[in-house]
Amino acid sequence: MNRIDATFARQRAAGRTVLIPYVTAGDPSLAATDEILDALTRAGADVIEVGVPFSDPMADGPVIQRASERALAQHVGLHHVLDLVARFRKRNATTPIVLMGYANPVEAMGATAFAERARTAGVDGVIIVDYPPEEAAAFAALLRERDIAPIFLIAPTTPAERMAKVAELGSGYVYYVSLKGVTGAGHLDPDAVAAKLREIREHVALPVGVGFGIRDAASAQAIARHADAVVIGSRIIAEIETGAPADAAVRAGAWLTTIRRALDTMAVKPTAAGARESIT
Amino acid sequence: MQMAELAPERELPDERGHFGPYGGVFVAETLIGALDELKTQYARYRDDPEFVAEFEYELEHYVGRPSPVYHAERWSRELGGAQIWLKREDLNHTGAHKINNCIGQALLARRLGKRRVIAETGAGQHGVATATVAARFGMECIVYMGSEDIRRQAQNVYRMNLLGAKVVPVESGSKTLKDALNEAMRDWVTNVDSTFYIIGTVAGPHPYPMMVRDFQSVIGRECLTQMPEDAGRQPDYVIACVGGGSNAMGIFHPYVPYADVKLVGVEAAGEGLATGHHAASLCAGRPGVLHGNRTYLLQDADGQIIETHSVSAGLDYPGVGPEHAWLKDSGRAQYVAITDDEALAAFHACCRIEGIIPALESSHALAYATKLAPTLPREAILLVNLSGRGDKDMATVAERDAAKKATA
Repeated sequence: MNRIDATFARQRAAGRTVLIPYVTAGDPSLAATDEILDALTRAGADVIEVGVPFSDPMADGPVIQRASERALAQHVGLHHVLDLVARFRKRNATTPIVLMGYANPVEAMGATAFAERARTAGVDGVIIVDYPPEEAAAFAALLRERDIAPIFLIAPTTPAERMAKVAELGSGYVYYVSLKGVTGAGHLDPDAVAAKLREIREHVALPVGVGFGIRDAASAQAIARHADAVVIGSRIIAEIETGAPADAAVRAGAWLTTIRRALDTMAVKPTAAGARESIT
Repeated sequence: MQMAELAPERELPDERGHFGPYGGVFVAETLIGALDELKTQYARYRDDPEFVAEFEYELEHYVGRPSPVYHAERWSRELGGAQIWLKREDLNHTGAHKINNCIGQALLARRLGKRRVIAETGAGQHGVATATVAARFGMECIVYMGSEDIRRQAQNVYRMNLLGAKVVPVESGSKTLKDALNEAMRDWVTNVDSTFYIIGTVAGPHPYPMMVRDFQSVIGRECLTQMPEDAGRQPDYVIACVGGGSNAMGIFHPYVPYADVKLVGVEAAGEGLATGHHAASLCAGRPGVLHGNRTYLLQDADGQIIETHSVSAGLDYPGVGPEHAWLKDSGRAQYVAITDDEALAAFHACCRIEGIIPALESSHALAYATKLAPTLPREAILLVNLSGRGDKDMATVAERDAAKKATA
């Protein structure tokens, strides 16, 4: 069983929300990212999304753009990110790693070469922001053949028939973009998210992670009432970038601990557990 | 001149916006709905007689079309070979071909009930054209422009402000056109319900490359009629500069089925292709994915987009429209590159010999024509798209000339 599926199954059985932090690889340095990944797992991360730096991160807000720029200033490329995952995998055999990034670095490496190297490194899932399902059938197949989950986004603007397409092509989980906007935007509406999640679950059997705009314990809890997983990126990057680079891992870990506690003090999740039972 | 078999290009792009392996819809999920709507609405209006009539009315009465073709007789004689004809897009309202497309998209925005338009701009020409049509149609207009470009093109920023647009400086990345495009995409993803994104060139996600090509094709369609009337026949070569490639696509597209007419796109070789300081994505780039489409890109080994250089800000872009990528691979068009110095020499020659101050972008096409003309017989005909006028480039040219004098 893929590590992602195993993780969701385990947390579902325990009635817990899957916590997914995002960090950009190479911010503030590759060595720091090694430490940050370990700190995040110690702080209770269930899955970690690792951002692949790109020169033109069109879907990202200013915080993740800055992270990308800091990594690129040190020429961190996709092959470095794969090496980073391979190192992590030697230290940690259970926590799933999902790469998140844009199409061009993958195309520059070659989709097949990338899929093969990702498998060897121990990558569990891949999100390519600018590969919508229409353009990603062949790529998704390359990943699935290697037991890597192609993870797709669903947006507030996604109609029902496209959700079915995402469900058909994707695996692992689907990533619901909780608002119209870029990463780290500030207008999250938990009620609107709840309504949309009900619709998504009618068409998609996969677990649903929700990201974009979750910034503190309260918003994480509000989303966790409805979602299988919460994804937090910009807020952790902000933690990493304010203060000495040497202590970045400590700060990121400490902050994520507060979110983990907030999620774990919630009552056992009735909605998620119920919805899951009917599907599995 | 015989009409060739209807070339497959006429049928492109396919339903999902592909020109062979190029084009497509490579955007974040949030924008898919808006692009689907645009695709549906555009399919509905592109052949709607009322829409077409309105577009043509605006082109005639507001833009000043048709623009003439002009025989550069003195220059041709001096070069001693082929006859050079110029398609005078420089005579359009706002001074370039950009307005053709902006009119079309603004009319579409109005039909879609969008009262807010956004645009990206490099040199500021597309920004000015968008601000112009936004004023004409009473729409709110936001233009994203790299802070580096704002510094270089202060006059165009002022023009946009005069026209009532808000110019937003972009500080991310290289602070130039590609970053302005990223920022416009971010605005669009945030305000997708209220906002129409007027993309300035034949790039971006489907249906933009097709739609912008269609709106700009008025250039080539006019030439198809004008050349037999004024020059006695269709040209042997059609030559146009290529940054994103909208003026080139506009003049090429109607000529694609005419197999005897050679199509030449001229990219910016900047300080020379060998120096790495250029913007010639077709001549020196590799295919990849950026800004919603698959096309030739200037990128490093890691797939990061690299900074480009050209004396003309309008060609200073690391990608190119996907249909050009297809025309290159299929061999229907040929792509060459002209350096800053060659373009400036053609710029000065055009000023002195023809009394026309061309845009630095268009000067690249002129420079290639001046290289090609002497190699051909006097009966040969070159049609060059003079895509814009050079008033906007006075400061750049003056600066370069002063620097040249100082070193001389």
